[in-house]
Amino acid sequence: MNSTKKNGTTAQIAGDRSHINYIRIKKRMGATAQIVRDRQLYYMLIPFFIWYILMYYMPMYGIQIAFKDYKPLRGITASEWVGIKHFINFFQSPYCWRVIRNTILINIYSIITVFPLTIVFALLLNELRSKKFKTIVQTASYLPHFISTVIVVGLVISLLSPTTGIINMARDIFGAERIYFLAKPEYFRTIYIAMGGWQGIGFGAIIYTSALCSIDGCLYEAARIDGAGRFKQFLHVTIPGIMPTIAIMLILKVGSIMSLGMESIILLYQPITYETADVISSFVYRIGLESANPQYSFAAAVGLFEGVVSLMLVLLANKFSKAVTETSLF
Amino acid sequence: MIKRKPSEVVFDTCNMILMVLVIIVSIYPLWYVTIASFSSTSAVSSGKVLLVPVEFTLDAFKQMWSYDDYAIWRSYGNTILYSVGGTALSMVLTILGAYPLSKKYLKGKKFLTWLILITMWFGPGMMPNYINLRNLHLLDSRIAIFLIGCISTFNVVLMRTFFESIPDSLEESAKLDGASHFRIMRDIFIPLSVPAIMTISLYYFVGRWNSFFWAMLLLKDKAKIPLQVVLKKLVVEMNANNSQAGMIDYTTTSRETMIYATMVIAVMPMIILYPFIQKYFVKGIMVGAIKG
Repeated sequence: MNSTKKNGTTAQIAGDRSHINYIRIKKRMGATAQIVRDRQLYYMLIPFFIWYILMYYMPMYGIQIAFKDYKPLRGITASEWVGIKHFINFFQSPYCWRVIRNTILINIYSIITVFPLTIVFALLLNELRSKKFKTIVQTASYLPHFISTVIVVGLVISLLSPTTGIINMARDIFGAERIYFLAKPEYFRTIYIAMGGWQGIGFGAIIYTSALCSIDGCLYEAARIDGAGRFKQFLHVTIPGIMPTIAIMLILKVGSIMSLGMESIILLYQPITYETADVISSFVYRIGLESANPQYSFAAAVGLFEGVVSLMLVLLANKFSKAVTETSLF
Repeated sequence: MIKRKPSEVVFDTCNMILMVLVIIVSIYPLWYVTIASFSSTSAVSSGKVLLVPVEFTLDAFKQMWSYDDYAIWRSYGNTILYSVGGTALSMVLTILGAYPLSKKYLKGKKFLTWLILITMWFGPGMMPNYINLRNLHLLDSRIAIFLIGCISTFNVVLMRTFFESIPDSLEESAKLDGASHFRIMRDIFIPLSVPAIMTISLYYFVGRWNSFFWAMLLLKDKAKIPLQVVLKKLVVEMNANNSQAGMIDYTTTSRETMIYATMVIAVMPMIILYPFIQKYFVKGIMVGAIKG
């Protein structure tokens, strides 16, 4: 090591085969020499970043079509700039309020139903006395998470079918009228959220279960010595123990209130239920891709609006989380 | 053994009952699809099928086998190809990205990491993505299916976190012996990361197996479409039949058992893999939860 110190130049150190103080030497090397030394690492990154360029940065360049009148034949760059015309069109269209309202409402309803149910499920799971039974319940409850959207939607459709669906057959037996639930706008959100709950509650509980596991057993013991019963322990140890996790998850949920994937919506809705079912992303899909006469730029503008608002909400939520719980996501 | 109070006994009993209900609700829909696919159409549509197959028959599977609109077996083959091949590609790229980014001494690490992290907070959106694929001439192409969603930044971060937890000393001693980065990665880091690699491969695999959206959008050639797209067509058709049939007509449901049979073969690999998948998935979630 002494000889390298005396000889000095970075290139020589880079070429030096003795890498004992690899990390310490780094500080005395120039940037170029370091890059040359670690060139293999950069070679590895080449295919990796080619993917990011092809599938992320190139589409990012295409975002400009939201401010242009994109014509496929002219291409992105040559199409004409129109400023914020498409955004104004969107805000003035009757669909604007409908899709924003539906997106937010579905998310809010999901926050006030599925979110607490997930926590309650995790807590009840935690109170089970038999470890074996607990594992069985967990295994069963994760299962719906692994089933594809298409199949889950298929299950919902056949469950609610007016002719052969179990629910309608049961209604028939009890003398109630058969209802075609999926064609009734007033049922759509309930159906959608119940579907999400069925798929997500069990798996969503994992995060709380792991938080519950990390609560120090001494706390329970101390509570017991102080004479706390099971309910008191639950109230004063368990609940405070998972409060930070609940706070973070809630903030995350609120942060994503403006975004909702369209994959299951486009399979589940029908023109007759658009009033309550159409969300921003499904609207973008319908006017931009599904339509025989696609309005590329308009759809891109609506999509960009959703993306930007969501980004701001996430950043805001993170700031809030930092201030309130001293934990942030990034 | 501490004696339980009566109120506790009541609570525990109710809790048990509730949890049994959770198990039933979680499993029954799939069970129903399975038994219905082995039952006769008439038994299914008259609501006799509840717990076990009624009038056992393999008609639904035969009907599926000979379904001409879409060759189900070919699309099944496509799904396997896209899932297995795609997962392999995803893993190669993920590891190639995560390994260098796990090195503290990598020059420009912060900037490069930032370049990929940004993708988690803001996406270009559906339209620019679609137009980009069209400009790359990837419509109706299998390559597109392999490329879309090939790298998940979240998984790269998971992998990187795992690589970071491997002690530096191992790398340094290998360097002393003159090993190159490629060799260190191949012979030290990858063998030590098998659990993490399994977890992440399963994430990719399940995602690819279940995905349908881009395949539905891009692939027009029936020879290329995966099973989920065929299923999507059948499911949407079932929904459309429902709306046309109104309340009375039972004849349109004759295809229902065939659709169930297709669902059964589509979820079967997931169910077989499920015991393994579940364990690894839960692990991945925990790691993700701790490291953020």
